[in-house]
Amino acid sequence: MSIATTNSPFNEAQIQLLNQLLPSLDIYQKAWLAGYISATPQADITSNVETKKVTVLYASQTGNSQQLAETLGERLRQANVETTVVSTAKFKTNQLKKLTNLIVIASTHGEGEPPDNAIPFYEFLHSSRAPKLSHLNYAVLALGDSSYEFFCKTGADFDQQLEKLGAKRLISRVDCDVAYEEDAARFIDDIIEQVAQVNVPTIQSNATVNEASVYTKSQPFYAEVVDKFVLNGRGSSKHTMHIELSLEGANLTYEPGDSVGILSKNNAALVEQVAAALTFTDEKPENLQQQLVTKEITQLTKPLFEKLKNYSKNEAFLALAWQDYHYGRDLLDVLTTYGPFEWTSEQFLALLRDLPPRLYSIASSQLANEESVHLTISKVAYETDGRERLGVCSGQIAEQIEVGDQLPIYIHHNPNFSLPKDETPIIMIGAGTGVAPFRSFIEERAERQQTSDAWLFFGDQHFVTDFLYQTDWQQWLEDGALTDISLAFSRDQSTKIYVQHRLAEQAEKVYEWLQRGAIIYVCGDKDAMAKDVEQTLLTIIKEQGACTDEEANAYLTELRQNNRYQRDVY
Amino acid sequence: MEKIILPTQPGTPSDVEDIKQESNYLRGTLEKTMQNPLSSGIPEADNRLMKFHGSYLQDDRDLRNERQRQKLEPAYQFMVRVRTPGGTATPEQWLVMDEMGDKYGNGSLKLTTRQAFQVHGILKWNVKKYMQEIHEVLLDCIAACGDVNRNVMCNVNPNQSDFHQEVYEWSAKLSEHLLPKTRAYHELWLDGEKVFDGQQTEEVEPIYGALYLPRKFKIGIAIPPSNDVDVFSQDIGLIAVIENNELIGFNVAVGGGMGMTHGDTATYPQLGRLIGFIYKEQLLETAEKILTIQRDYGNRSVRKNARFKYTIDARGLEWFKDELAKRLSFTLEKSRPYLFTRTGDEYGWIQGEDGNWHHTLFIQNGRIKDEDDYLLKTGLREIAKVHTGLFRLTPNQNLLIADVTPAKKEQIDQLLKHYAITDGAQYSALRRNAIACVSLPTCGLAMAEAERYLPSLITKIDEILAEHNLSQTEIGIRMSGCPNGCSRAAMGEIGFIGKGPGKYNLYLGGDFTGQRLNKLYKENIDEAEILATLQPLLAHYAKERQKDEHFGDFVIRQGYVEAVTDGQHFHH
Repeated sequence: MSIATTNSPFNEAQIQLLNQLLPSLDIYQKAWLAGYISATPQADITSNVETKKVTVLYASQTGNSQQLAETLGERLRQANVETTVVSTAKFKTNQLKKLTNLIVIASTHGEGEPPDNAIPFYEFLHSSRAPKLSHLNYAVLALGDSSYEFFCKTGADFDQQLEKLGAKRLISRVDCDVAYEEDAARFIDDIIEQVAQVNVPTIQSNATVNEASVYTKSQPFYAEVVDKFVLNGRGSSKHTMHIELSLEGANLTYEPGDSVGILSKNNAALVEQVAAALTFTDEKPENLQQQLVTKEITQLTKPLFEKLKNYSKNEAFLALAWQDYHYGRDLLDVLTTYGPFEWTSEQFLALLRDLPPRLYSIASSQLANEESVHLTISKVAYETDGRERLGVCSGQIAEQIEVGDQLPIYIHHNPNFSLPKDETPIIMIGAGTGVAPFRSFIEERAERQQTSDAWLFFGDQHFVTDFLYQTDWQQWLEDGALTDISLAFSRDQSTKIYVQHRLAEQAEKVYEWLQRGAIIYVCGDKDAMAKDVEQTLLTIIKEQGACTDEEANAYLTELRQNNRYQRDVY
Repeated sequence: MEKIILPTQPGTPSDVEDIKQESNYLRGTLEKTMQNPLSSGIPEADNRLMKFHGSYLQDDRDLRNERQRQKLEPAYQFMVRVRTPGGTATPEQWLVMDEMGDKYGNGSLKLTTRQAFQVHGILKWNVKKYMQEIHEVLLDCIAACGDVNRNVMCNVNPNQSDFHQEVYEWSAKLSEHLLPKTRAYHELWLDGEKVFDGQQTEEVEPIYGALYLPRKFKIGIAIPPSNDVDVFSQDIGLIAVIENNELIGFNVAVGGGMGMTHGDTATYPQLGRLIGFIYKEQLLETAEKILTIQRDYGNRSVRKNARFKYTIDARGLEWFKDELAKRLSFTLEKSRPYLFTRTGDEYGWIQGEDGNWHHTLFIQNGRIKDEDDYLLKTGLREIAKVHTGLFRLTPNQNLLIADVTPAKKEQIDQLLKHYAITDGAQYSALRRNAIACVSLPTCGLAMAEAERYLPSLITKIDEILAEHNLSQTEIGIRMSGCPNGCSRAAMGEIGFIGKGPGKYNLYLGGDFTGQRLNKLYKENIDEAEILATLQPLLAHYAKERQKDEHFGDFVIRQGYVEAVTDGQHFHH
């Protein structure tokens, strides 16, 4: 095959020379030349060749941004664009000045926070140390969840800050909601069009399709529920379910730390009530109900709340502030309290986003359960204004799903929460259902017969009823798959004891493990636990390491960058 | 003090002997395992030792399978038994026991068939706090279980107040004298100073030695005409001999005991046998020497054959008498005459010779708790707050409010009325003479229900009794969930011993005064068959009984069962 401008980075003149030279070389000469070129410093090569270069930087918590970044990188390479795909955790900020094209893909968490491993980069970019970037072209793809107040804030912050530093926007930022696939695909197409000079059609080769299973949220696997029981003993105020799903025939693979996405449906009674609260003449109630089953109606997101106002003349509603109202309430509350609204069924349905899948950390190891996956799901149920409300998915599983039923699922890989293959010590901190991934970790270790240091901190309300997977931990401690355990039962004594208190009690040992390179994992409630745990870790580092607040922060930042402080919080 | 050297025995010592041997006088690894936060249980070896400290691990058997499925360990909990010789407690002690039941236990108190308090449902982390808080009112759990002398029982009826007090004091002295002397209890539960390894020598247990007894050991003192303590069910039964309204001494019976194993006829309940009379000053020496014979000769290889009754029966009563004579500094005299009229309690108010009043309450199965329509626990608490006398727990699991001054009687009476606390008068005489052990869900040995079931069974038998005009005829009925016999079911006129869920062996022919064993009449029957069996028997009894003839005597006279006066004939 001869070299042409269409299949190489060379210009016409270079191609002529190459096509003259290459056919005349023998095998030995070709090998020597290949070695010579690869050993020559790259700068020398690139300075002579004009190549379009793009860096795709992703800030990912659960792996979605990373996956999109890799897709974009692949597409760019296919379009002959030299592309580097890198995590904000690994990215060296001193490289910023050298970049020409930067695509940022970033997700937002909780109250508008960047993913854990993006915090150092985020802070750098917003600090006075950030360089002028007038040479840089950029674009931002933002991922988020519109049920939170600060929707896509991290992406928006990057967008504004890059502009402020003088960089030139290639295309407008795209903000994606939980159902991000379509918007993200559009963004990727636009980038390709903008960046790639040579418009190579997307290769649709079967060879690129992984042998592994391809079930996705749009094409889920229907997994049979093969077991379901409540983990809390009688008398508990909790309702934590253990469910086991069959993966038979799915050819799905998962790693400890991965999640399962479940595509659930709204509670039929709730859908009925919502439909009843609406009086459309242009749509039959049964059609409406059918559509509502997969629309988000239990979360009153800020965008939805504001859009609803466009169809209302109710003064009280128009004057109502979202932050004063939304907590614990849903669409039905607005419809029944502030209706009627003036709209068509089409307008109404357009306001609602599709029900996003619910992600649950996997609680089993595939080494031990080749064709099944275990989940630990806490039933969400509470009462507001005298009406009981159920979590969409947990409520469905608790009240409607029985053994033998099927659930549409897919595997959501989470490379940012993973078990080391080597003997690195691990410290796992989880409260309530946050213990789920650690069950998969330890079960995996038990299968590997690994007995290196592994320390679990677990907390819940009561020892007798809420010690989730108690007999498993007892067995694994005996086997050595788990080597240490610290327990915090908050309501077994007059003062509340939580995991962070146990962590603080063990400060010396925790620090000693850290000094030996331990990885810390935190899983569970973001507000109730993860913040306090982080504060406790900082205190431990400060006190045990006899250092300042800044140094302790830097220590933790370094842990983060080295993937030694991994969080899966929600 | 000479070192105690036990005579060699055939057979390998049982695992419990090894545990005792290695325990360093009942310490074992309890200090560590009681703190292990991973489990609310403790290992079996430590649980064996825990018994000597008056407590042991149980679990809620109702939840066992369910929790296993939930990946939770069994609902482990400790039963703690408090030592109260003669069943005596001050109002202050009562109030603490009452509070502990709520604070650490399952909200109820159990009065046992050996006149002790039991609290169930105590979590491991609370056991030490429990021990410490009862210590504040001078209560303890030492030797309430285990291979030692247990809570010493004593007749509660104090209407003959002059000598009753003296007999009670002897029971307390006996309890004290035979108490293990190891400091382990104080170290483990009361933060007492530790005795370092090596310092603990043989002297710490001058009576028991390092291995204690081969099995549990029980002593009770009866004051005729009441045989409420079931004196012949005790390893040492003492019958107070009163002459000219003065305590002279005691008749001594040895080798009684209830436990047996289903399907093993080498095990059987046995009655104590009288061996003579001792003067009261000779009591401590006599009891100690009898106990040392069991210590030296009791079977330490097979625990189900280790009770004192088998030690005697294997060698004969004459051997025992000879052995005892060798150890005593005096000679036993011939037994004095005595007469028992009943084992059950007599309810209601009685006035003692000193003018003070005593009121016996009916406590169904000894369970003190509040029900929606019966605030028994609350009512007794209110009484304890004003009571200036004592509480006495009866061997029939009832409660005596003792030593009420004439001035206080009105106030106590009002509280009893206010809370409608019953003396049982509205119930059938059968129910008033019933005893059931705890059994399910907490007892690990239980094969069938007892405490939770007997009341409803009696309700059904009551219908038969009413039909035959027997509702106020006193018949002793006892139910145990297993053949170990905590309710002394083998002495009931009607006895039930659990075989399996809902299934019981029915025994007949026990003696109303507690001087005869009963005998198996029907095996492994359910409720329908129990009722179908009792119906014609009771009808027959109603029709053909002689004047004042008790049901237990009637069934023997009529040939339904043979009389059993020696346990070796219990099965044959």
